[in-house]
Amino acid sequence: MTRPSPFHPRTAPLCESHAWKTWAGFLAVCHYGACGEAEYHAFRHAAGVLDVSPLCKYAVTGPDAARFLSYVWARDVSRLKPGRVTYAALCDADGFLIDDGTIARLDDDHWRCTTASPSLHWFARHARRFDVTVTDTSEQTAALAVQGPRSRDLLNDVTDGAVEGLRFFRVTGASIGGVTVEISRTGYTGDLGYEVWMPADNALDVWDALVGAGRRHALQPAGLDALDMTRVEAGFILQDVDYYSSLRAQVRSRMSTPWEVGLGWTVQLDRDPFIGQDALVASEKSPTWQFVGLDIDWEELEALYERVGLPPHLPAQAWRTPVPVYSGSEQVGQATSGTWSPLLKKNFALASVRTAHAAMGTRLRIEQTVEFRRHKVTATVVERPFFDPERKRS
Amino acid sequence: MTTTYDAIVIGGGHNGLTCAAYLAKAGRKVCVLERRHVLGGAAVSEEVFPGFTFSVCSYVVSLLRPEIIRELDLPRHGLDLIPLESTFTPLPDGRALYRGPDPGQARRAIAQFSAKDADAYPEFGAAMSQIGRLVKPVLAMTPPDPSKLGLGAIMDLLRLGRRFGDLDTDARTLQARMMTMSAADFLDRWFESPVLKAAMSVSGIIGTFQGVRSPGTAYVLLHHYMGDIDGAYRSWGFSRGGTGGVSNAIANAARSFGAEIRTEAPVDQILIEGESATGVVLANGDEVRAKTVVSGLDPHLTFLKLVGRDKLPDPFVKDIERFKMRGSSGKVNLALDGLPDFVAMPGEGPHLRGDITIAPSIDYLERAYDEAKYGAWSRRPFMDVVIPSLTDPTVAPPGKHVMSIFVQYAPYKLKEGPEDWPHQREAFGDAVIDTLAEYCPNLKDIILHRQVLSPWDLEQEFGLTEGNIFHGELSLEQLFFQRPTAQWARYKTPIKDLWMCASGTHPGGGIMGAPGKNAARAMLKRW
Ligand SMILES: Cc1cc2nc3c(=O)[nH]c(=O)nc-3n(C[C@H](O)[C@H](O)[C@H](O)COP(=O)(O)OP(=O)(O)OC[C@H]3O[C@@H](n4cnc5c(N)ncnc54)[C@H](O)[C@@H]3O)c2cc1C
Repeated sequence: MTRPSPFHPRTAPLCESHAWKTWAGFLAVCHYGACGEAEYHAFRHAAGVLDVSPLCKYAVTGPDAARFLSYVWARDVSRLKPGRVTYAALCDADGFLIDDGTIARLDDDHWRCTTASPSLHWFARHARRFDVTVTDTSEQTAALAVQGPRSRDLLNDVTDGAVEGLRFFRVTGASIGGVTVEISRTGYTGDLGYEVWMPADNALDVWDALVGAGRRHALQPAGLDALDMTRVEAGFILQDVDYYSSLRAQVRSRMSTPWEVGLGWTVQLDRDPFIGQDALVASEKSPTWQFVGLDIDWEELEALYERVGLPPHLPAQAWRTPVPVYSGSEQVGQATSGTWSPLLKKNFALASVRTAHAAMGTRLRIEQTVEFRRHKVTATVVERPFFDPERKRS
Repeated sequence: MTTTYDAIVIGGGHNGLTCAAYLAKAGRKVCVLERRHVLGGAAVSEEVFPGFTFSVCSYVVSLLRPEIIRELDLPRHGLDLIPLESTFTPLPDGRALYRGPDPGQARRAIAQFSAKDADAYPEFGAAMSQIGRLVKPVLAMTPPDPSKLGLGAIMDLLRLGRRFGDLDTDARTLQARMMTMSAADFLDRWFESPVLKAAMSVSGIIGTFQGVRSPGTAYVLLHHYMGDIDGAYRSWGFSRGGTGGVSNAIANAARSFGAEIRTEAPVDQILIEGESATGVVLANGDEVRAKTVVSGLDPHLTFLKLVGRDKLPDPFVKDIERFKMRGSSGKVNLALDGLPDFVAMPGEGPHLRGDITIAPSIDYLERAYDEAKYGAWSRRPFMDVVIPSLTDPTVAPPGKHVMSIFVQYAPYKLKEGPEDWPHQREAFGDAVIDTLAEYCPNLKDIILHRQVLSPWDLEQEFGLTEGNIFHGELSLEQLFFQRPTAQWARYKTPIKDLWMCASGTHPGGGIMGAPGKNAARAMLKRW
């Protein structure tokens, strides 16, 4: 059964739209108000708070924790210092992507990693050879993403300045509303932002303290629709949308290597053996696909609408129904998600295209349906992330 | 001065800056000369009180042409628009009309006043979008010259005709009505509820010295409806950091193309040698030379002050003198210690984040106009109120807010004379606060600072003749191929190499950029 998250007693009365969906078995808000637009703007102009408790969370402890994590993840974390976080790919023995997530070193022998799908079986299977304990803490740990240009001021207000010096991808202990929490400078919006981790039992105290102080910073509760727009602007991939876990893919064509979904930069090959190492060494040289950003030509789209006498129609939220991408008349890939960026005033898509068509500036064509008819509209390969403000890192 | 520019743009308002950006983008050497210490003209942000940034004049954005945003890549240069989602109209009897972003909610809200209106409302919206879509290309064109029906002008007219021919008869009648009717009569044809009609009719009087029952105000209504944000017509938004953000983004784009922009450089005179404009003289006596001069000021200032009557043909001078300015609006900007608490919808909520309109009935609005007709400001004025700090916290310190109140009517020509405004300014401000406080009684307790602008101040400080916010009224005889005069409506002027690029030309006022871009295009064609 779908379960309410620990914040449900607070989020439910605020969710005027009653627009919920399920996320990893939990009820999650799509948008609180009539639509997600104001929440999107809160993320980009003030601050938004999003319940991310449904994330799968694992505590990894024991003397071998660093060695174990470096073995299961395609990234060497053995030199990651306490108080630091990193982002990595989880691959199978054939070098295909299972999941992606963050790994935080909370203490010498105490780590937390997150994944999009439940991964305990995978961790447990490989933990046998190591002196580690892997615990699924998903239910015991609640989490809030606090994201947006005002998020630092807000968190400083409620923690007596605990995040003032907290740099990008660092984590620190703090206290909010009398509750001991961890705050990491991480998130999925591509903006200045933090994630706050806390015991599920005290979740409401933290919410109340944060949201109470948030009034001074134009904080708004935000749902997944707003998150989806920001994550496309940030160019981040999403499991089951932009790629599939190899453990559940029925056919080879549904599997991806990290090189093919833009995660190559997280993979560290030259080190002690880890799962998928040989396959990844081999696949690095010739990825079939590349994950690219596309900028869909506005004038062409507008002209298509004009032809049928309509003003251009923009989807009010991010989309995730795959559409074909062409070079000339040959299909060379598919766009798997996209959004109109209210901030940048551009119509963006994230796409997997064959390597030969992935160079920056390549003019491709994307299928667009206007008044029930399919058309092809120019879409240019552009830099990803689409939106990358300085404040994210500063 | 040794440098010679291809073009001097007088005035760093958003249209002057737009014109400069397009000229510079086309490779011309351009210099913008702005009188004030900040850019933007009537689209300006200023930190009037420490920590509080006001959109001193214009406060919401909608008409800014999307093609200009794209062509100048304004988001990259700092443009950032945040949509307003709702309109809240509190009533003196404690009821309220609150139209939020959910059509079902808006329908129910209107149905409190009239079930029929609730159903007609989306139909009205669809009809207006249709007209907005048709008008859109007209905004981007140089008006045809009807007196010289050359092939080009005929083609332009044909193009226009074809577009309107596409409309079905209903929409065409609608269009014809819009051009001649009053806002109140026009809305009468759709709606019965006085509350809804009043709230909607105010778009027809903004910036005009007309009442909601004056003929022609239906057009002004359309003028405010034809903007779109991301393809959604009629939507308005805040600009991050105030409307000066729009001007600054355009200025940054212009600089990126090589334009030079100077502030605190007031122009005293346009130099005319022989038949042509050859540069300008600054107030400090410096001369700046250029092959062409383009004025981003209103037609009165441009011709009657900077050129001089003696250098212009008589009939033209008469036309310009006849061009109606007649400012009618004032502005009150407040720094607040908290949020207003409305009797009609207590507490905080999304209704404070959108547009708040004090326009309880058509009669109320007409009475406000009546006072102005005889040279007094309205004791109970129409007000358009926004609190941008709720969505854009950069404009106020944490926990504090700014409130912008656009007020009508505040006639330039007081019966005591316009120069009496400095004596009446604060009394006018008090009337505004008193009226608004009837709807939110805590208002007076939370005011930290206030700034009151009368049309006189708009003229003195911002160079808007008679305080007209649009550089000349948007009345039918002053639009399209008659803006500013029937003979000179194509950005050219009777002086060779002197051009116009601001709101006094087609398609008129508002933060739109279209006059600036159209003018640049017309100039570049000649080069
Ligand atoms: C109170 C108020 C509220 C408004 N609200 C809105 C709104 O919410 N939304 C909207 O879309 N529109 C609004 N408008 C209208 C809109 O702001 C104007 O139509 C538009 O900004 C005019 O732009 P412009 O570039 O044509 O001219 P201006 O902005 O008037 O620019 C002219 C520039 O020339 C400068 N100048 C003057 N004399 C000289 C000189 N001798 N030498 C050098 N420089 C000189 C001025 O300082 C100014 O910068 C409002 C206007 C006012 C006054």
